[in-house]
Amino acid sequence: MAIRRGRGVAAINYPTGMNLGGDPTQALVHSTPTGNFMVTLSSVDLGQGMKQIMAQICAETIGVPTDRVVVDTADTDTGPHCMGTFASRGTHRAGNAVIQAAREARQVMLEVAAEELEVNASDLETDGQGNILVKGAPQKSISIFDVALSAHFKRGRSISGRGMFLIPRSYPEKETGAMKPSTCYAHACTVAEVEVDDETGEVTVLTVKNVFEIGRALNPKMVEQQLVGGSWMGISHALYETTEPYYPNRDHGGTDFNQYLMPGPGDLAETEIIVLERPSADGPYGAKGPGEMCANPQIPAVANAVFDAIGVRIDTLPITPERILRALKAQAAN
Amino acid sequence: MAKVPVQFTLNGSDKAEFVDSGTTLLHALRDKIGDTSPKGGCHQGTCGACSVIIDGELRLSCLTLAETCNGATISTTSGLSESGVLHPLQRAFLDTFATQCGFCTPGMIMAAKVLLDHTPNPSRDEVVEALSGNICRCTGYEPIIQAVLTAARSNSQNAA
Repeated sequence: MAIRRGRGVAAINYPTGMNLGGDPTQALVHSTPTGNFMVTLSSVDLGQGMKQIMAQICAETIGVPTDRVVVDTADTDTGPHCMGTFASRGTHRAGNAVIQAAREARQVMLEVAAEELEVNASDLETDGQGNILVKGAPQKSISIFDVALSAHFKRGRSISGRGMFLIPRSYPEKETGAMKPSTCYAHACTVAEVEVDDETGEVTVLTVKNVFEIGRALNPKMVEQQLVGGSWMGISHALYETTEPYYPNRDHGGTDFNQYLMPGPGDLAETEIIVLERPSADGPYGAKGPGEMCANPQIPAVANAVFDAIGVRIDTLPITPERILRALKAQAAN
Repeated sequence: MAKVPVQFTLNGSDKAEFVDSGTTLLHALRDKIGDTSPKGGCHQGTCGACSVIIDGELRLSCLTLAETCNGATISTTSGLSESGVLHPLQRAFLDTFATQCGFCTPGMIMAAKVLLDHTPNPSRDEVVEALSGNICRCTGYEPIIQAVLTAARSNSQNAA
């Protein structure tokens, strides 16, 4: 009986969003009378930080500081249409819709500013600090606050825009079945090191080293946060979590936190995260979806590391001590 | 059935309520008194989201009957900041990105506060032990552990 060590590697690519019957998200942007901007969506922030990202995208497009933007994720009864927050699609789909809406609003804003400054709208630029300047003559400027007041009270304009992003439905080719379910893929690679106790069947993940290619990281700290949490979830899926341990039989499935096994703060592997940025062609400012993707490569990497350690393949998740011991027993019998 | 009177101190203010016998402290805090900082995660004492501090000890408010808290001193996360200045633990959770959906955060912060009250300079293992009754689904725990260690460091710097 011994502790056996193994190392496994796995690489994945993962679609940003899915496409069953066409995949739309819409967004609306409008200014308040004081030149703050409101983004209205039906997309939901689950805690992954969608509101922050949409505020950044809107602010970048219009040319105002992020704290001048408020994001309302409203609800599906009242907001513009969104398919939802799933399949790592939020940043990509809603972000593109927000860019389109913000561009339209920016255009109206520049037209009003042009009337106030008596110049051509195409000669104007924003400074990102809340002002609109004449290109090459920055002393001639107007604050966005004053532009909004003018639009609302003098010019009778609504500084607003509509955004729509649609990935059209892709039909499979009749001959080959080939189709294009997604336009944008994120990538990841993980190396996992494990120890397997061949007496108890217990697997300990010692280290996971992850490289994620996620387009452009629009908010690097929040991306890192997603990836660290996701890497941990991947290990959890590989070794611990399931609602149906004897699938398809539901017997012995956990019904609460007493019975549903998740690793706690004492079960953490040493985790390394490296982010590669290769901006995607159709992503908002180059972003892809890091959400679900980041919890995937650890699973095959851990399974491969277990194979490396004990020489038998476990092909059912999670890789529980029971499955390890049964596999070792079958191996010995052969 | 007759209601039961309960009086206790919550975050420095006196509170008095009439509750049904058998009402949990969690229910009394959230639905009677209006302090929604303790969260109801599992209602059976396994997730830690409802953790509060009662007379200096970490307790699960979902398993504590309100009527047993007569005369007690209770602290929740909503009482941690002073005059708009965040508690060092709250500051550290923000600065180290130790919260995502936020549902476990008040319980984590209460568990960490009890630890730091008794052990101002904890080791990593002591932090892990202190948080082991609290479940987080988002972060993978590492950022939370780092937040508690960061808060401990900033406390000891302020004391020095």
